[in-house]
Amino acid sequence: MDLQIALLLGQDGIVNGAIYALLALALVLVFTVTRVIFIPQGEFVAFGALTLASFQAGKAPGTLWLLVGLGALVAVIDGVTAWRTQRRHRMAHIAFWNLAYPLLTAAVVYCDSPQDWPLVLQVVGALAIVVPLGPMIYRLAYQPLAEATVLVLLIVSVAVHLTLVGLGLLFFGAEGSRTTPFSEASFALGDITVNGQTLWVLAASLVLIAVLYFFFERTLYGKALRATAINRTGAGLMGISTTMAGKLSFLLAVAIGALSGILIAPITTVYYDTGFLIGLKGFVAAIIGGMASYPVAAAGAILVGLLESFSSFWASAFKEVIVFTLIIPVLVWRSLTTRHIEEDE
Amino acid sequence: MKVRSLVVGLMASAFAALAQADINVGVIVSATGPAASLGIPEKNTFALMPTTIGGQKINYIILDDASDTTTAVKDIRKLITEDKVDVVVGSTITPNSLAMIDVAAEAETPMISMAASARIVDPANPRVKWIFKTPQNDIQMSTAIVEHMTAHGVKTVAFIGFADAYGEGWYQEFAKVAEARKLQIVANERFNRADTSVTGQVLKILAAKPDAVLIAGSGTPAALPQVALVERGYKGKYYQTHGVANNDFLRVGGKSVEGTFLPAGPVLVAAQLPAGNPIKKVALDYVGRYEAAHGKGATSTFGAHAWDAGLLLANAVPTALKKAQPGSKEFRLALRDALEGLRNVTLSQGIVNMSPTDHLGFDQRARVMVKIENGAWKLQQ
Repeated sequence: MDLQIALLLGQDGIVNGAIYALLALALVLVFTVTRVIFIPQGEFVAFGALTLASFQAGKAPGTLWLLVGLGALVAVIDGVTAWRTQRRHRMAHIAFWNLAYPLLTAAVVYCDSPQDWPLVLQVVGALAIVVPLGPMIYRLAYQPLAEATVLVLLIVSVAVHLTLVGLGLLFFGAEGSRTTPFSEASFALGDITVNGQTLWVLAASLVLIAVLYFFFERTLYGKALRATAINRTGAGLMGISTTMAGKLSFLLAVAIGALSGILIAPITTVYYDTGFLIGLKGFVAAIIGGMASYPVAAAGAILVGLLESFSSFWASAFKEVIVFTLIIPVLVWRSLTTRHIEEDE
Repeated sequence: MKVRSLVVGLMASAFAALAQADINVGVIVSATGPAASLGIPEKNTFALMPTTIGGQKINYIILDDASDTTTAVKDIRKLITEDKVDVVVGSTITPNSLAMIDVAAEAETPMISMAASARIVDPANPRVKWIFKTPQNDIQMSTAIVEHMTAHGVKTVAFIGFADAYGEGWYQEFAKVAEARKLQIVANERFNRADTSVTGQVLKILAAKPDAVLIAGSGTPAALPQVALVERGYKGKYYQTHGVANNDFLRVGGKSVEGTFLPAGPVLVAAQLPAGNPIKKVALDYVGRYEAAHGKGATSTFGAHAWDAGLLLANAVPTALKKAQPGSKEFRLALRDALEGLRNVTLSQGIVNMSPTDHLGFDQRARVMVKIENGAWKLQQ
């Protein structure tokens, strides 16, 4: 191994690590706010990438129907609740976001031809379809069980994951897709060439992390999420709606997931079930951060990315084994250094 | 008393067997899970199969094993005990098929596998008496690749395959043939279906400077290493396996897979076969039917393996019907014997001559070398 190979592997590891970092942040966010271990995170990576790929192939993505279907379901449930609890002024709001918005999106996709749109618009379109699925899934699967134990929420997560993988196969078929890169440019940096897409991934990840930091530090909603993460009951007593916090955290997590998918789709072939493994590696990173610390999780993600790329050079057959074995020393170290606090149940 | 009830019971079951004249074919495909891209065209193919053979109605009972070995075994037990099938077709992939052998042999039910490995019909295993298969053995395909390589001046080759049974099986077969033909394997790498990057493996292959690279993967995931090699400027020859023979591979691979060589069943290039080849007619018939139902260019060689299983049955069932009634133990035995006795049967992938030691029956007519040219499969002479 000479320096050039080491640099190339390092570059590859950091790019993958950046994606794992985003997913790890989303996992930590969802877990701290709602105590949900969000296994379906990876599915939204695939949904984001494949929705964009469907646009580029000139097909209407199946996720559009999921949006319309889930929206209708949420509208019925929330509508009936609002009617019964005499909060009829909320009906218009519910109907707009869950019925009008999905149908409007569907109408735009059907009447216009998305394959002729510029790439930016296609990306926005894919996000507009996938991101609202987050709050809808929270409403349907998690909100009724918001006070349940972590274990129950984990079981729900597994169920949601399996359902979404199945739907992914139905929507997009078994074969994968690639999308056109954001930039074809490549730069010579000493001995190695860096292509434009890897810079896009790194830049987008850094910007996203900065935006998240600003959101949590400077905005009222961000502070509400932090308050909920620190103490659910206390935040509730201060007038912060835990339902709102849950929906918002899911919205952010799904947005991060879908955007990660859109970023990696030009670099690799994305399949309906690709997301799960990517999500799991994000999960390893989140575990390194103890499911609580954002900076440690992000650093862990870079570590996972580098470990992965170097082990694929030295012992490609054992790459996954090496990456997932990392979790054992980390768990031992964490259980020795942190004091365990019993969750009151 | 006991004897009498036993006799009555036997008569009742014999009567039931007579009354139930339909032939039940149990089908197990991997229509979901990692092997879905192979299993879905197979499943689609069963919808095109004849509903009667030799004047007898055929019921196809199709189950999905989700590419999971345990589910495949559960499925075949269900088919045999509950649906009382006369024959089982399946499964799509090697591990599942291997696991099903014991159940089929125990219940004395013939089974036709649609998976590639030669181990499924290894004559050394006495249970294989009941097992047949339609896809070409890996060894036939790897011999074709090695022959092509040595004929085109390749001395050193790098191997990169799936980190699973498919890649491992290919490596073993390929290494055997390569050693015999003095072909040197200079790198042996693995990657996963869901990998987002193969940079590490590709750099290692580039460092070994091979004359050619063989990529052993199935479906679109096999495009990833090749795209990465092209990006890094590898200029040698590219070889793929017959696992990639579907149009999605061309779509995902795009320009990067131009000029690639692969061995495949003749059905892939059916229209380009010489007019005198008997396989051409059968292959074109299948392609025509499949594309009429699923659109132009939709055919894959995997669906053809299922179609061939149907053709084997179409040829064997009439012989078996002369000996026994469907639904009986005797019929299953007669069907097994009829399958083993098939001679010169033309399938969409080759010409079959079964024997007690060869339950595949293909010769070298069952494979052709294909090159990817201008985004299409081109038959090599």
